[in-house]
Amino acid sequence: MAVNEEATITATTTKASTKEAVRARRVAIERRARLIQIGRIIAIIIIVLISLAPLYWTFITSIKSPAEATASPPTLFPHSFTLDNYIQDFTSSPFFLLDLRNSFIISVITTVLCLLFGVLCAYALARIKFRGRTLVQATVLSVNTFPFIAIVGPLFVLFTGSFYIYNTYAALIIPDIVLSLPLTIWLLTSFFKDLPLDLEEAARIDGDSRLGALWHVIVPLTAPGVFAAAILSFIAVWNDFIFGLNLATDSSAQPVTVAISLFNGQYSVNYGQLAAAAMIVTVPLVILVLIFQRRIVSGLTSGAVKG
Amino acid sequence: MASQVVETVPENEKPPTLLARIRTESGFLPYILVLPTILLILVVAVYPILNSVYLSFISDPLGATGGAFAGFANYVAAWNDSAFRTSFGTTIVFSVISVILETFFGMLVALLINQAFPGRGLVRAAILVPWAFPTIVSAYMWLLMYNDQTGFISYILQGLHLLAPGSSLIQTTSGVIIASIITDVWKTTPFMTLLILAGLQVIPGELYEAAHVDGCSRWQQFWRMTMPMLRNTLLIALLFRSLDAIRVFDLFYAFGKRSVPSMASQADFNMFAGTNADFAPGIAEAVIVFALGLVISIIFVSMMRGVFKDND
Repeated sequence: MAVNEEATITATTTKASTKEAVRARRVAIERRARLIQIGRIIAIIIIVLISLAPLYWTFITSIKSPAEATASPPTLFPHSFTLDNYIQDFTSSPFFLLDLRNSFIISVITTVLCLLFGVLCAYALARIKFRGRTLVQATVLSVNTFPFIAIVGPLFVLFTGSFYIYNTYAALIIPDIVLSLPLTIWLLTSFFKDLPLDLEEAARIDGDSRLGALWHVIVPLTAPGVFAAAILSFIAVWNDFIFGLNLATDSSAQPVTVAISLFNGQYSVNYGQLAAAAMIVTVPLVILVLIFQRRIVSGLTSGAVKG
Repeated sequence: MASQVVETVPENEKPPTLLARIRTESGFLPYILVLPTILLILVVAVYPILNSVYLSFISDPLGATGGAFAGFANYVAAWNDSAFRTSFGTTIVFSVISVILETFFGMLVALLINQAFPGRGLVRAAILVPWAFPTIVSAYMWLLMYNDQTGFISYILQGLHLLAPGSSLIQTTSGVIIASIITDVWKTTPFMTLLILAGLQVIPGELYEAAHVDGCSRWQQFWRMTMPMLRNTLLIALLFRSLDAIRVFDLFYAFGKRSVPSMASQADFNMFAGTNADFAPGIAEAVIVFALGLVISIIFVSMMRGVFKDND
């Protein structure tokens, strides 16, 4: 290409043909750029379609009439529309609504607790130099490496024995803290570190105590970060399955993730109801993600890049 | 000032006590602030793990007559549990393939959406959607598509003669592993993409301009600049993904049930769906999952010495 162009430029003597060659080259480059751009757009569309395909399939399964839902071959665009599966979820499966309520209560309480403990701990880690800080940081981080399967057994023994709280909210809130506290602290520490020191110093010169400055200056100023931590914590707890499966036995504490698995029973599966239940559990998450996309992304990535 | 003080201190005087040093540095405040967290972590995470290790050496801890030290009997029982032995291979194959695919696709998607384009926020939100779903619910969503009669994927695979008519992916061991890998890649690639994207955006654009001026091809730029600069981000992401993959539970609980379990789901079946005598071997199996995670952590942390240096 370049050699060709040089040859063209040196060989031609008239300005007109030089201009023509330059224009031809620019057209070729532009066409190539446009092709790359189109290829990229197609690839991105395919990625988005794949991301959303299971959600679409679940949705159409949930609204198909029983006849269409069990027909083979399956239809990609439903011909029938019914809300029966949603109604059935709530009327003929009483555990579903109760478990939905349980999940909500457990997720909110756990998130609040994690924020409370997390803000205090993260403030110390981000703003105060003290002996053992690295050790605390390493301990918090190492919790991420613990498999929940190795935690749930002893907790079961404890919660059904000397410290009997099996099948209560407490039995799930306590282990669920493990799911979200390390993440919360990790995030808040990086958000607190980013805040200029002068602001906090100004507040303390004005007579605020350290904790006063934390409450009056740092938390309000890092509110978006605190909020991101809260969303991520809520999602982590909402998504728990292993603790809910083993530390609760009925709808007095059982979370909705376990309720969903009950629709896929050992002997019978009601795909329509299963799909409707999956929609009910995931749609709030989809809405959360769409509204708070930017904050979730900043939260998920803040720790990893800065190390 | 400081040097004067040092000079005047007689050599035989004791160094300040720990208590005194704590007072002079920042007082007790930081310790009070981290105390609730540390207590929680000790009670809810560290104690159960250590207790698991302890219980794995006790015979029948739930039984009336049990409770005696059993040596490695539970580990022998775990190894004699043929379902667990198979699940070891299943879990390793699942982990290696899914982590490799997630890294590859995560890199690909991150490079695709690294440059700004109209609607980028929406695209980012769309690929974030799978990440937000509970794994167990994602598994059931895919189960609807894997279904032998009415599932979209089974229909396509049957049409391509990759599956016999009327059969589905999740009827064979390798099929369950493939189904789990597909679902995991779908669900976790967004996480990889976001981490890699964040890593990419830290690399200054001038570097690429300079490389371009120096005549580097895009391929060379990727391998010589992008990859080395992403190294630490990638290692952290790989560590978290590998640890998650080795303890995979929900996917195999939904797809494999009792016939094709992962290590964690087999341990769970033994602990909670078996007899009292199965409990301790189940605990031993869970401890093996924990030990594998430790090995993975040690390997990765030794590879990224220096990443955590700037913590202090």
